[in-house]
Amino acid sequence: MPKRVVCYINQFFAGLGGEEQAHVPPSSRAEAVGPAMQIQNILVGEAEVVGTVICGDSYYGEHLDEARAACVELIAGFRPDILIAGPAFNAGRYGVACGDICGAVTETLGIPSVTGMYPENPGVELYRKKTYMVPTADSARGMKDALAAVSSLAMKILSGADLGAAEDEGYISRGIRKNFFHETNGARRAVDMLLSKIKGKPFRTEYEMPVFKRITPAEPVKDLKKATIALVSSGGIVPKGNPDHIRVSSAESYGVYDISNIDDLTPENFESIHGGYDRVWANEDPDSVLPLDVMREMEKEGVFGKLYKYVFTTTGTGTAVANAERFGQEIGERLKKEGVDAVILTST
Amino acid sequence: MVREIENAAGIPVVQIATIVPIMLTVGANRIVPGVAIPHPVGDPSLGPEGDRKVRRALLERALRAIQTPIKEQTVFKS
Repeated sequence: MPKRVVCYINQFFAGLGGEEQAHVPPSSRAEAVGPAMQIQNILVGEAEVVGTVICGDSYYGEHLDEARAACVELIAGFRPDILIAGPAFNAGRYGVACGDICGAVTETLGIPSVTGMYPENPGVELYRKKTYMVPTADSARGMKDALAAVSSLAMKILSGADLGAAEDEGYISRGIRKNFFHETNGARRAVDMLLSKIKGKPFRTEYEMPVFKRITPAEPVKDLKKATIALVSSGGIVPKGNPDHIRVSSAESYGVYDISNIDDLTPENFESIHGGYDRVWANEDPDSVLPLDVMREMEKEGVFGKLYKYVFTTTGTGTAVANAERFGQEIGERLKKEGVDAVILTST
Repeated sequence: MVREIENAAGIPVVQIATIVPIMLTVGANRIVPGVAIPHPVGDPSLGPEGDRKVRRALLERALRAIQTPIKEQTVFKS
């Protein structure tokens, strides 16, 4: 009997719509939908896609617990042998949803799960230990390769064959170490690695060091009444017309805007250019993303000392981590020089 | 971005956004959960007055966060 596969996809790949439909709650169809149809074509004869579960990306991100519970129930109803989610490429909310549902299904239903996403997708760091993730390109241009990779890993898992090391099997490391007898002992292998390193030859560590990008929290503000506070946002709020041509996604720059003469953001003076969420509300009132109006109100009331005269904004969707870090370093150095005491940073 | 600003400037940075696990992953130290992804600091469904009230409450919480001494990543839920 062919194995039963259930696929999880978002509203976009289900053909329901883009950001304007990202709020839709979970639903299911007893057939292969969107990318699941291509998965069905790859797996034909070996496995059957018996259902597709669909959920809006914003719905999942904003209601993690409810969305997870509803999707697990819909998936369980199809009695699958495996779940394949995504691929999510570099879509942050979609990556989180795919990782989260895969982890939950494996944990509660006891079946394996596979997903695919770009290595910088925040879903990777959050969920790679809970499921199998195939690294993909950063956009759906890499769909064909991504589907081939998730399908082949899924089939290997379903076949019951032992999976080797992540690097050999083509999935992202889950941080799991398996014990086995090696033909050479540890001392020998360590010396071999050292010699390779000295010769500048490639070698593979047997014990990856975790990379924790954490910093010690800064000291709190002591006297709010005298503090200068800066507003920063990755929500894509820019002066109308986007004078600095900040990209709508995968931003490579940020804007610095003088707000010293502005008390309120309106559809006449500012707008959202962010390509990763439904901009209807942000365009009606940009303060709902970059809260200038209330900050100004509190400044006038004397709640805090002063609002810094510039805001810094960019679009945080598909943005390379290296670029985001550079923006942060540059902004941080400037704020330090200018004697700013604290930052409120809003993200969508 | 949030982590690097705090690191470079040596001043507290509070992040307001909706998906808390992502803020924890990127290394934000002071975190205030927002209203929704497309409008983190407002709720248009409550009308202009309610929207502004929600924004004010979140910003007051953010100001409390930057005055609070912390030793590790902290989510200011209320």
